[in-house]
Amino acid sequence: MAREVIAVRGVACEYATPRGNVPALEAIDLTVAEGEFVAVVGPSGCGKSTLLKILAGLLPTTRGEVRLRDVPVTGPRRDIGVVFQSPVLFPWRTVLDNVLLPVDVQRLGRAANLRRALDLLALVGLSGFEERYPWELSGGMQQRVAITRALIHNPAMLLMDEPFAALDAMTRESMNLELQRIWLERRETVLFITHSIPEAVFLADRVFVMTARPGRILEEVAVRIPRPRALEATAAAEFGALVQRIRGHFSPRAGS
Amino acid sequence: MKRQVLRAAVLVVSLALWEGAVRALRVPAFILPPPSQVLLALQRGAASNIYLPHLWVTLLETLLGFASGSLLAFLLGTGLAASRTAEYFFYPYIVMFQSMPKVALAPLIVVWFGLGLTSKVVSAALVAFFPLLVNTIAGLRSADEDRVNLMKSLAASELQIFWMLRLPSALPFIMAGLEVAMVFALVGAIVAEFVGAEAGLGMLIQSRNFSMDVAGEFAVLFILSLMGLLLNWGLVSIRRRVLFWDPSEKAGPLAGEIP
Repeated sequence: MAREVIAVRGVACEYATPRGNVPALEAIDLTVAEGEFVAVVGPSGCGKSTLLKILAGLLPTTRGEVRLRDVPVTGPRRDIGVVFQSPVLFPWRTVLDNVLLPVDVQRLGRAANLRRALDLLALVGLSGFEERYPWELSGGMQQRVAITRALIHNPAMLLMDEPFAALDAMTRESMNLELQRIWLERRETVLFITHSIPEAVFLADRVFVMTARPGRILEEVAVRIPRPRALEATAAAEFGALVQRIRGHFSPRAGS
Repeated sequence: MKRQVLRAAVLVVSLALWEGAVRALRVPAFILPPPSQVLLALQRGAASNIYLPHLWVTLLETLLGFASGSLLAFLLGTGLAASRTAEYFFYPYIVMFQSMPKVALAPLIVVWFGLGLTSKVVSAALVAFFPLLVNTIAGLRSADEDRVNLMKSLAASELQIFWMLRLPSALPFIMAGLEVAMVFALVGAIVAEFVGAEAGLGMLIQSRNFSMDVAGEFAVLFILSLMGLLLNWGLVSIRRRVLFWDPSEKAGPLAGEIP
């Protein structure tokens, strides 16, 4: 068993509202091992994004704790890369400067990381776009820049919050393939949040199924489809069965 | 090209109409002079080099007032945007002061600071101050929440978030505020000159008004609007350089350069 990169134990989170505390997350337990690709899937408003903010150190927990490489997460950390739903690029920075943002913020030295930035941009297929500005790129290309930026400072863990949700269906499929290719090459530890069940099954080694109000983990599903997975794999019986099993948790009959 | 010719034609036709109407209706020149007389007044003044020294005085007053008023507004705006406490205590006074017509203070300012340059700069700065103050606060607060979260997730300090994110995000607001501030500074300088001055285009307008030289007054007005236009044009060209990334800029003449 590879060692744990992130361990979430009994994490709960409540939002204070004028009408009292509203629980957003309840007793979340999960671990992600080194080099593992884990997906968290659930409907809108199930607290997926709250969970991600807690893991990124942007939000405190009400109960429980998160450990990253065995150190409790108490605030933002330098060794996490986050990819948000929108690319969140800075329009006044070129593609290369956007990628180097973490390097600038954490004063890691531009010269030392320039080669790495160029290599990563080549890996995501953006060679030749270094000096372009984000608004000159398509949505899919912008999100690739965001992924590159999340990898530049060599984080222990990559957190992805529905990174392809804003893309059209075709771009989304090719980005899924692309992400798998990048992951197979680099074996980053990834926690990927999505509301698309097929996307979760296609990408992940393990899928955590979450329900809403308060957010809880209902089931952990291991995906043993061999990699690299082609888009054709989504038509296979095994894939369909897994999707169906997860979907069962969200069908109207299951919940009530 | 065709549109430019048309535009010039509109100008010529309106001037001709003005000239014709004034002559046909025998409007006295001290009420409304025909454009030909305004042109003559411009020519006479230029020949005797009357305008340039006054123009220089007013330009200096405006630019100094603009610079000092804007700098103060930017610094105070940054402070108020950074601290909710500071905003809570000071903003009510600022709103109160803002709703007061600042030109009404011009007589007082001339009493306090004399007939020279200082009173004009103070007046110009005071009038230029508010548009930029309000825009600076709004701009610094406008930073996208996701971008702030991104910076925080990288463990950026507040100072880094300010320099790398909040300030650039505020630039469209600040540039818009500066454009208004420039126009306002010119108003502030002219009003203070009206109250009492030794030189300047505002003083020139008033002295020509007293001697019923209305054509000469029009000539100065023409110079003033030309000056305002040039100042604004300067700011717009700076804005285009600084805000090349702003979507609202891309609709402009830069559009050809962006694929």
